Amino acid sequence: MSAPQKAPMTAPAAPWFVDFQDVWLAYNDELLKQNHFAVEAIDLKVRKGEFIAIVGPSGCGKSTFMKLTTGLKMPSKGQILIDSAPVTGPLKISGMAFQAPSLLPWRTTVDNVLLPLEIVEPYRSNFKAKRKEYEERARKLLQKVGLGGYEDKFPWQLSGGMQQRASICRALIHEPKMLLLDEPFGALDAFTREELWCILRDLWTEQQFNVILVTHDLRESVFLADTVYVMSKSPGRFVVKREIDLPRPRDLEITYTKEFTDIVHELRGHIGAMRSSAPAASSAITQ
Amino acid sequence: MSKKQIETWAPWVLLVVFILLWQVLCSVFAVSEFVFPSPARIWSQFWEFKGIIAGHAWRTFWVTMAGFGIAIVVGVLLGFVIGSSRLAYAAVYPLMTAFNALPKAAFVPILVVWFGIGVGPAILTAFLISFFPIMVNIATGLATLEPELEDVLRVLGAKRWDVLMKVGLPRSMPYFYGSLKVAITLAFVGTTVSEMTAANEGIGYLLISAGSAMQMGLAFAGLVVVGAMAMMMYELFSAIEKHTTGWAHRGSQNH
Repeated sequence: MSAPQKAPMTAPAAPWFVDFQDVWLAYNDELLKQNHFAVEAIDLKVRKGEFIAIVGPSGCGKSTFMKLTTGLKMPSKGQILIDSAPVTGPLKISGMAFQAPSLLPWRTTVDNVLLPLEIVEPYRSNFKAKRKEYEERARKLLQKVGLGGYEDKFPWQLSGGMQQRASICRALIHEPKMLLLDEPFGALDAFTREELWCILRDLWTEQQFNVILVTHDLRESVFLADTVYVMSKSPGRFVVKREIDLPRPRDLEITYTKEFTDIVHELRGHIGAMRSSAPAASSAITQ
Repeated sequence: MSKKQIETWAPWVLLVVFILLWQVLCSVFAVSEFVFPSPARIWSQFWEFKGIIAGHAWRTFWVTMAGFGIAIVVGVLLGFVIGSSRLAYAAVYPLMTAFNALPKAAFVPILVVWFGIGVGPAILTAFLISFFPIMVNIATGLATLEPELEDVLRVLGAKRWDVLMKVGLPRSMPYFYGSLKVAITLAFVGTTVSEMTAANEGIGYLLISAGSAMQMGLAFAGLVVVGAMAMMMYELFSAIEKHTTGWAHRGSQNH
């Protein structure tokens, strides 16, 4: 391992926003001794504002990768630089949303969205004083994702798709530089899912934060991302990197064009090849 | 009459039917009032001794509330500690389960030795018998957080304390109120049992002295009063629960 302070000097002229340098992670010391890693040899360079998607079979370490990126887990080997600074702990410039919206049922939708501001600095210290202003911001964001009129409803009064929109708003309210989404649309029906793709696309186009989207929906990854990474299972490695050069702005119509389906097909081929070659003896450690 | 109204009146109708049946059986078979008093007899004794019963009932009531109050404080604190730390959970829980299995009535003679005859043993018995469900429910509410939600907050730099205050405590409130409803009825049991052997006042004492004087009507009247007080408190906590944690009972509200 090279010393962390040397890293910025050796970095290229245009520094990467996310920079994984040969990152390995074992979940505990015992697994480390047995050389059993959840993710292995990850080298990843992401430009500022880039939208990347990670696809792969379930249990391949996608969620582990998210934990590494946000600093919730420290790598066993290698190092991670985000915005040219080594990751040493939870990264407050990121927002997360998961498959389960996990909103708090005793708070209204707008209060749920405000929750991060009650915790993260610098908002935390002046939350009481500036509550009006923040609430206004939360309401605007909710209106932007089509939840106007539902701000003061409780989460359990909303449909699954609406809850997921609110969950994404909660991830974005503190204006993070990086949005991490772990199968956020996995539990939704096909129409709602496509609707939310467009909402996410518009939010990203407008605010230009980085997105790391973990999914196993290939159409979703191709429609939304600049770059799609395919991950293999046991070992959890990035095996394919595919730039998606479809023109932006992309419309849902594009998903029915030949170029689009060709890319989806190609990715499907990679995953299919992996599944047939990988032995079935993989353990559940990756989760 | 709507379905809802029928539901509201059902317990009262059942009570009246029950009392009538009781009265009819006693009259038809001419059961001796010294063995098994009829509702009419219980009522007449209740009315005759209403002043005395009220005095004892008041004593039982405030003693129970004192013990119950201590149970809430101790139960919430212990539950908070156990629910927020895995180590504490592992260390304390087995011991607490063993303690809860002990019959609390068996503590009364010991408490008498320590505190003498009077309010001391009664308050403590009420406390000992009722803190356990409160503790367990608070601990459960805190310990069963969704891991995703914890990640969402931790990545923002939330400390363990933030997560507990913003999510854990509100989440465990329905469990807490649910446990109060169980605990208050237990507390009345504790007080009454203790008063039966270790007090010169209270419904428990009244039961014993009425029984030994063959005043069965009065003894039954005492039982009815304890039951009524416990039910009143139960309904009170039920109402508080509905008003403060309605979000947890949304299934029954037709949203």
